[in-house]
Amino acid sequence: MNSSYAVPAVALVALATVLVGAFGLRISRTTSDFYVASRTVGPRLNAAAISGEYLSAASFLGIAGLVLVQGPDMLWYPVGYTAGYLVLLLFVAAPLRRSGAYTLPDFAEARLSSQAVRRLAGAFVVGTGWLYLLPQLQGAGLTLTVFTGAPDWLGGLVVAVVVVAIVAAGGMRSITFVQAFQYWLKLTALLVPALFLVLAWQGDGAPRHAFDEPGAFREQRVVRVDDTITIKLRAPLTVTVDGTVDGRVHEDRRVRLDAGAHRIKNGTRLTFARGDEVPARDHGTGGGLSPSLAESRGERPLYATYGLILATFLGTMGLPHVVVRFYTSPHGVAARRTTVAVLGLIGAFYLLPPVYGALGRLYAPELTLSGDADAAALLLPGRMIGGVGGELLGALVAGGAFAAFLSTASGLTMAVAGVLTQDVLPSRGVRHFRLGTVFAMLVPLAASVLVGGLPVADAVGLAFAVSASSFCPLLVLGIWWHRLTPPGAAAGMLVGGGSALLAVAATMAGFPKAGALHALLAWPALWSVPLGFLTMILVSLATPGRVPPGTAAVLARFHLPEELRAEVKA
Amino acid sequence: MPSSPADRRVVVTGPPRRTRTRRVSGYYRPRTEIDEQTTLGHTYVRSLMRTQLRTALAVFAVLGLLVGPLPLLFAAMPDARHLVWAVLGFGLYAPLVLLARWFVRRAERNERDFVRLVEDR
Repeated sequence: MNSSYAVPAVALVALATVLVGAFGLRISRTTSDFYVASRTVGPRLNAAAISGEYLSAASFLGIAGLVLVQGPDMLWYPVGYTAGYLVLLLFVAAPLRRSGAYTLPDFAEARLSSQAVRRLAGAFVVGTGWLYLLPQLQGAGLTLTVFTGAPDWLGGLVVAVVVVAIVAAGGMRSITFVQAFQYWLKLTALLVPALFLVLAWQGDGAPRHAFDEPGAFREQRVVRVDDTITIKLRAPLTVTVDGTVDGRVHEDRRVRLDAGAHRIKNGTRLTFARGDEVPARDHGTGGGLSPSLAESRGERPLYATYGLILATFLGTMGLPHVVVRFYTSPHGVAARRTTVAVLGLIGAFYLLPPVYGALGRLYAPELTLSGDADAAALLLPGRMIGGVGGELLGALVAGGAFAAFLSTASGLTMAVAGVLTQDVLPSRGVRHFRLGTVFAMLVPLAASVLVGGLPVADAVGLAFAVSASSFCPLLVLGIWWHRLTPPGAAAGMLVGGGSALLAVAATMAGFPKAGALHALLAWPALWSVPLGFLTMILVSLATPGRVPPGTAAVLARFHLPEELRAEVKA
Repeated sequence: MPSSPADRRVVVTGPPRRTRTRRVSGYYRPRTEIDEQTTLGHTYVRSLMRTQLRTALAVFAVLGLLVGPLPLLFAAMPDARHLVWAVLGFGLYAPLVLLARWFVRRAERNERDFVRLVEDR
C-alpha cells in the first residue's frame, strides 16, 4: 500500500515530539531535573506520561496482528500488560518511591548496600532494556516499509536519531511532556479510525463471523506470499496458484490442495474465492512484531496461557522504563494514585486493539499468510473505507504507531543510559549521560540491522519472562522481607533471570522442536519465577550473617508515610 | 498493638489529645521509639508492614480468583468464542481499575491509622 499522507504524518509526529521536548528543555536545569524531573510531576501528567511510555509498538500494532492470526486467546497479552500494573501497585509502587533511589540498581544498593548486587541489577537492566528496544526499532521499520516501500532499517534509524536527540538534550523532564503528549496522540490515532471503521462495518451489514473459528474470505482475494511458509488445511481447498506449491510450479492454474500441510514458496500468488476458509499458518520465522513463540502455543495452550499470565502479571514491575517513572512522583501516596490513573488510561487504550483484530479477521484475513499481520491496523482504514478518507485515517494510525515507537524507545533509552552513565562510564554528570544515550541506542540499532531476519519479536515476551524471574523477586522480597541478604539477591537474580534467559534463547535457536520440553522452555515463567523466589529465599536463609546492618532503618523508610519521615529529617 | 480493625478503631476514636506536658516528655511516645530506631520502634514499623502486606495479599488473592479460572473456563467451553472476546477484550479492565482504587483507599487508611497511633492522638 502506498500512501502520500503517511510520510507527512510520521514527519509531523517526529517534529511535534521534538518541539514538545524542546518546551521541556527550557525548564530542565539541574541534574535532578534531568534524571527524575525534580520529582515534582503531578499524578495526572505523570500518569499520562507513564501510559504513553508503556504503550509500545507491541501494544499499538502487535496485539491487533496477534489477534488476527491467533484469535481471541491472544487478548491475554493486553490483559496481562494491564494487570501487571495492578500487581506493581499492590507490592511495589509506594515503597519504591519512598526508597528514594533513581533506578533499579540504585534500589538494589539502597536496600542491600552491596556494590556487587548493584552491578548485577545494572547488567539485567541494560539487557532487558536492549531486548525491549529491538522490537521498537523493527516495528518502526515495518511501518515505513508498509507505507513507502522504504528499506527495513530506515524507520528504525529515524526513531533512533529522534530519540537520542530528545533524551540527550532534555532528559527526564522533557521526556515527561513528550510521553504525556504521546499517550493522547496514540489514543486519538487508534480511537478516531476505529470509530470510522466500526461505522463502515455497520454500513456493511455488521457481519459477525469474525468471532467464529476459523476465519473465511469475504470476497475473492489475491494473496502474495512473501516468505516461504507452510500452511495447514483442515479440509481440501481449491485455489488458483501462480508460483510454487509443494515443490511443483503452477502458472495461474486452479489447484486442489488436500487437507494437511503444504509448503508455499516465497513470491507465490494465491487467489482465494469468496467463502474459502483462511488456511492456518504453521510454525515459521514470522516477521514483524507478533511473538512467533505464540505459534508454538498450539500443543499445550493451557500451559502457555498460564505462563503468559504469570510473566506479564509479575514482569511489568521489573521493566526498566516502568520502574524509573516512579521516582518522578512527589511522594509515595502520589505514586499509588498515579498508578490507579495509569490503570485507567491503559485499560481504556486496550479496548481498541481488539476492535482492529476482529475487523482484521473480517476484512484482511490474508495477512496471516503474507506475514504482515502486524500491519493490520495500518491497512484496515484504506481497505474498509478507501479513498482520501481512508488514506488520511491510515496516515493517522501510522503517526500514532510512530509515537508508540518513539515514546517507548525514549523511556528505555533513558533507563539504559542512566545505568550506563552511573555504573559503566567513568564519571557521572550530564555530559557523560549524553554519551551514554548514544551508546544505549547504538547497540540495539546495530542488532536490528544485523539480525533483521530473526524472530526478534520474541524479545518482548523474553523481556517480560526475564524481568518476572529476576527483578520481581528482588523488588518484592527487598520491600517486604527483613532477612534478604546480598548473596541471596544475587543468586536469585542469576538463577531465576538467567534460567529464563537461557530457556528462551534455546527456544529461539530452535533447540527442542516440539514436545513437553519445548513448551517448558518457550514459556519459562511458570517454573523460573518460583525458582528465582526460592533461590533468593533459601540462599538468604543460609547466609543469615550477611543481612545488611541498616536493614530495619531502610525498611522503615520504605514503608513509613512521608508525614512521619519529614519530621525525622528536620 | 492493633491487630484487628476493632482494636484499631478504639485508638482512632480514642480519648481526646493528652496534655501538652505528657507529649513533650515523650516518654511513651511511639514516635520517639521509631525515630530512635529502638526495638519497640521496629515493632511498630513491622506492624505497619504486616497490615499493608495483608491488604496487598488480599487484593492479589481477589485478582487471582478473578483471572485464574478463566483459561480453564475457556478451555472447558471451546464453542463460546464470543465469551472469550467479550471477557478478555472488554470485560476485565473495569474490575482491575476498581480493585486498584479499593486497594489505594485501604492502604491510605492503614497509613492514616498508623500516623494517628504513633502521634499518640
